[in-house]
Amino acid sequence: MDLKLQKIIPQLITVLVVVLVFGFFTYNAQINMENRGIDFGYGFLSQESSFDVQFSLIEYDGSHSYFRAYLVGLLNTILVSVIGIIFATILGVIVGVARLSPNYLINQFAAFYVEFFRNIPLLLQIFFWYFAALRALPLPQDADAMLGVFFLTIKGLYVPAFIWENLNVFLYSIIAAIIAIVVIRIHARKIQETQGKQLPVFWISLGLIFILPLLSFLIGGVSLSFEIPQLKQLATTSFIYEGGLSLPPELIALTLSLALYTATFIAECVRAGIQGVGKGQKEAAASIGLNPNQVLKLVVMPQALRIIIPPTTNQYLNLTKNSSLAAAIAYPDLVLVFAGTALMQTGKAIEIVSITMLTYLSLSISISILMNWYNKKIAIKEK
Amino acid sequence: MSKINFLKPDKDNLTTFLYIGSFLFVTSIIDVFLNSFFSLNITGFLPSSLSFIIPIILGFIGLYFIRIEHSGYKFLDQVNKNINTNNFNAILSLLIIFIIIKATPPILSWFVVDASFAGDSKDVCSGTGACWTYIKVWFRRFMYGMYPNAEQWRINLSFIALALLGSVGYFATEKYKKYLTLYYVIIYPFIAFLFIFFFISGGPIFFDFSYGIIAAVISIIIGFFIPSKFKFYYFIFVPITLYIVLKYFVFYEELIELGKLDGLNWVETGAWGGLSLTFIISFFCLIFCFPIGMAFALGRRSDFPLIRYISIGFIEFWRGVPLITVLFMSAVMFPMFLPADFFIDKLVRCIIAISLFEAAYVAEVIRGGLQALPRGQYEAAKSLGMGYWRMHIFVILPQALKLVIPGIANTFLALVKDTPLIFVVGLLEIVGMLNLAKTNPKWLGFAMEGYVFAAIIFWIICYAMSKYSYNLEQKYKTER
Repeated sequence: MDLKLQKIIPQLITVLVVVLVFGFFTYNAQINMENRGIDFGYGFLSQESSFDVQFSLIEYDGSHSYFRAYLVGLLNTILVSVIGIIFATILGVIVGVARLSPNYLINQFAAFYVEFFRNIPLLLQIFFWYFAALRALPLPQDADAMLGVFFLTIKGLYVPAFIWENLNVFLYSIIAAIIAIVVIRIHARKIQETQGKQLPVFWISLGLIFILPLLSFLIGGVSLSFEIPQLKQLATTSFIYEGGLSLPPELIALTLSLALYTATFIAECVRAGIQGVGKGQKEAAASIGLNPNQVLKLVVMPQALRIIIPPTTNQYLNLTKNSSLAAAIAYPDLVLVFAGTALMQTGKAIEIVSITMLTYLSLSISISILMNWYNKKIAIKEK
Repeated sequence: MSKINFLKPDKDNLTTFLYIGSFLFVTSIIDVFLNSFFSLNITGFLPSSLSFIIPIILGFIGLYFIRIEHSGYKFLDQVNKNINTNNFNAILSLLIIFIIIKATPPILSWFVVDASFAGDSKDVCSGTGACWTYIKVWFRRFMYGMYPNAEQWRINLSFIALALLGSVGYFATEKYKKYLTLYYVIIYPFIAFLFIFFFISGGPIFFDFSYGIIAAVISIIIGFFIPSKFKFYYFIFVPITLYIVLKYFVFYEELIELGKLDGLNWVETGAWGGLSLTFIISFFCLIFCFPIGMAFALGRRSDFPLIRYISIGFIEFWRGVPLITVLFMSAVMFPMFLPADFFIDKLVRCIIAISLFEAAYVAEVIRGGLQALPRGQYEAAKSLGMGYWRMHIFVILPQALKLVIPGIANTFLALVKDTPLIFVVGLLEIVGMLNLAKTNPKWLGFAMEGYVFAAIIFWIICYAMSKYSYNLEQKYKTER
C-alpha cells in the first residue's frame, strides 16, 4: 500500500500542476477574449481573405478564402524546403566525401567550407544573400544571358519554361521504365542467387531510363519546346522579362542560404557515416575478391547509410523548420502569409498560431515516426 | 642520356623529369600569380581561350612529371602524397591553388587596400573597397542598441563583473571546490540576474525586490558557516531582519532624494540591443534551458507513465515547431493567456520562450547520454542503497553529462545562432540593428559591410565555443 502510494503521489502532483497551469491559461484566455470582444472559432477560414500574395504556386488572389491562403503558404514552404533539400544533399555529399579525401588541399578546402558556414547564424546568411549579394546583380535591361537562356537579374532569375505536349505519355514512359528496372533487378538477383551470374544491371537500367522516354518522343507524340524569357519595356526605365519562369530573389536567397547552411551539417553526417565503417570491413571485402566498386556498393555503402540516414533526415527536418525564416525577407511562406498577414487581418491569434504550429508539428512528427520505423528496420539484429 | 622517355621516369632520367616538372608547375603558378596580382598576362600573345587554360595544362603536365614514387626527396614525397596522388587529384589541387591565388587580390583590396577607415561621414567612402567608417560610426549602436550612450558603462561593468565572477572556478582552492556546482547553478545566475535587472535596467521600481534578493543571497552564503543546530532559527529570522535593515536603514532612496547619490536611470528593455543583448539572451537561456532540459530528460526515462508521457509531449512539441512560431506565440498569443493586469516584459517572454525551446533539445541530448550508460551503473548505485535522486546526482548524471558534452555544446551553439530571431518580437540585437542601420537615409548602400562585420563576430564566438567544447571533451574523456 505504502509503495503504491509512493508511485501514485508524484504522478498525481505532476498531472495536477499541468492541469492547473493549462486551466489557468484557458481561464485567462476566455476572460481576455470576452473583454476584447473576440470569439473563438475556425469559421474565418472560409471567409474571403482580401489580401494578395506575391508568389504562389496555385491560383490565388484576394477573393479566395483564408484556407486557400494557408495552402499557398504551405505550398511555398514545401517548395523552398524541397529545393533546399535537393541542393543541400548534393553539396553535402560532395563536401562530406571531400573531407575524407587524401588530397590535403581538398580536405582543407572542405573543412574550411564547413567551419565557415556552420558558425554563422542562418538568418544573417539569408540577410547577406538577400540584402547584400543579390542587390549587386544587374538590372533586367543590363543582364547578360547565361547560356543564352537564363537571366539573373536584381528582380530574380528568369529561366525558360517547358511547354509539353502529351506530357502524360512521357510520364507513363518514365513509370514504365522504373517498373521495368525493378523487375530486372529482382530477376538479376534471382539469377545471381541460383546461378551465380551477374547481369550488368546498372547499364541496363541506365539504358532503359533513357531509351523509353526517348521512344515516347519519337513515336509517342510527345514534344517539348521552351519558352525563352523576353525583355519587355514597361516604361522608359522599367524593364521586365516576360514568358518563361521567373523565380523571385527571395526564393533564390532563401534556398541558397538554406542549402549552403544545411549542407555543412549533412557533410558532417556523411563524413561520420563513412568513417564509421571499420577499416576491417573494407579489407575483409577486398580479401574475398570484391573489386573496389563492389566493396563500395555491397559493403561500405549499406553500412555507412545506416549511420548517415537518421541524422540526415533530422537535418532535412531542420531545414524545413528553418525555412520559416523566410518571413524575415518577405518570402510568402506559411509563417508570413498565415501567421503574419492573415493574423494581422483577423486578429485570431490563438487559432492561427495554433494551426501554424500544428502544421509544422504534424510534419515533423510524421517524419520522426517514419524515421523510427526505418531505424527499427535497418538496425543490426544483435544476438 | 640519348633519349627522354616521356611516359615513364626511371633511374636515369629522374632528375630531368624532376626539373622539367617543377619548372612547368612553378611557371603555371607564376603565370596565374602575375595575372591576378599585377594584371600582367605573360601568355597574352596566345589566343585568349588558350591563354586562359594554359596554366592548368602546364601545371598538370608538371605535376604528372614530378609524380615519382619514393624519389628520395622528402619534400617531393610529401607533395606527391598530399596533393598529387593521381591525375584527378592533381587537377583538383591545381584548381584550388589557382582559385586561392585568383581570389586573394579582390578580397584583400575590398577588405584592406581600397577600404576606407578614416572620417565619420559617408563622403569618405567612395572607393570600391569596404566602408569600415560605417561600422566605426555605428559601432556603439551595433554593440549596445538604443541604450543611451551615457549609460553604457553599466553594461560594460556588468559584463566585466560577470566575467570575473564566472572565472571563480579557475581560482577556487581545493577546499571550496565542492561548493562550485552550487555556486554556478544557483548563486551565479542570481548575481547575474541582479546585475542585468538592477544595474543594466536600473530604475527605482526594482529596489524592494533587489533588497529581498540581496538579503536572501547574503543569508544563504553566511548560512554555510552557521552550525546546523541553529540553521533552522537562522533561516527563519535572519533573512527577514536583513531585508528590513536593508529597506529601512540603508536609505538608498533617501540618499537619491537628498541628491547625495545618483540613482540609475531606468532604461526599458525595448532600448536594449546590439551584441550585448545577444549575450544577455544567450546567457540567460543557456542557464535556464539546462536544468529544464535535464528535468525533462529524467522525466522521459521515469518509471511513472504519466510523468513520462507529459515529458515526451513537452519535448516533441517544442522540437516539432520552428523557433520563429514559438516567438510569435510569445508575442501575440501568450499575453492572452495571462490575467489582463499582469504584464510580463517582452525580453523576459522572449527568454522564457527560447529557454523552453532549447530545453527540449537539451533534454534529447541528455537522454542520449543516459541511454548510453550501461545498466550496471544503475544497478551498482541501487545496490549501494542509493535512492533515485542520490543515484542520479552522484553516479548517473556526472557520467552521462560527460558523454554528451559535444551534443550540449552544439545545442548551445544553435542557441547563440538563434538569437537574431528575436526580431520577431521587435527586439533588435546585432543583426536587427544592422537592418535598422542600413535603412538610415544617410547611410544607404553599406549592407555588405554590416553583414560581414556581424558574420565575423558571430563566427569568432561560435568557433571559439566549439573549440572550447572540444577541449572540455578531451579534458573529461575517461577511458571506458
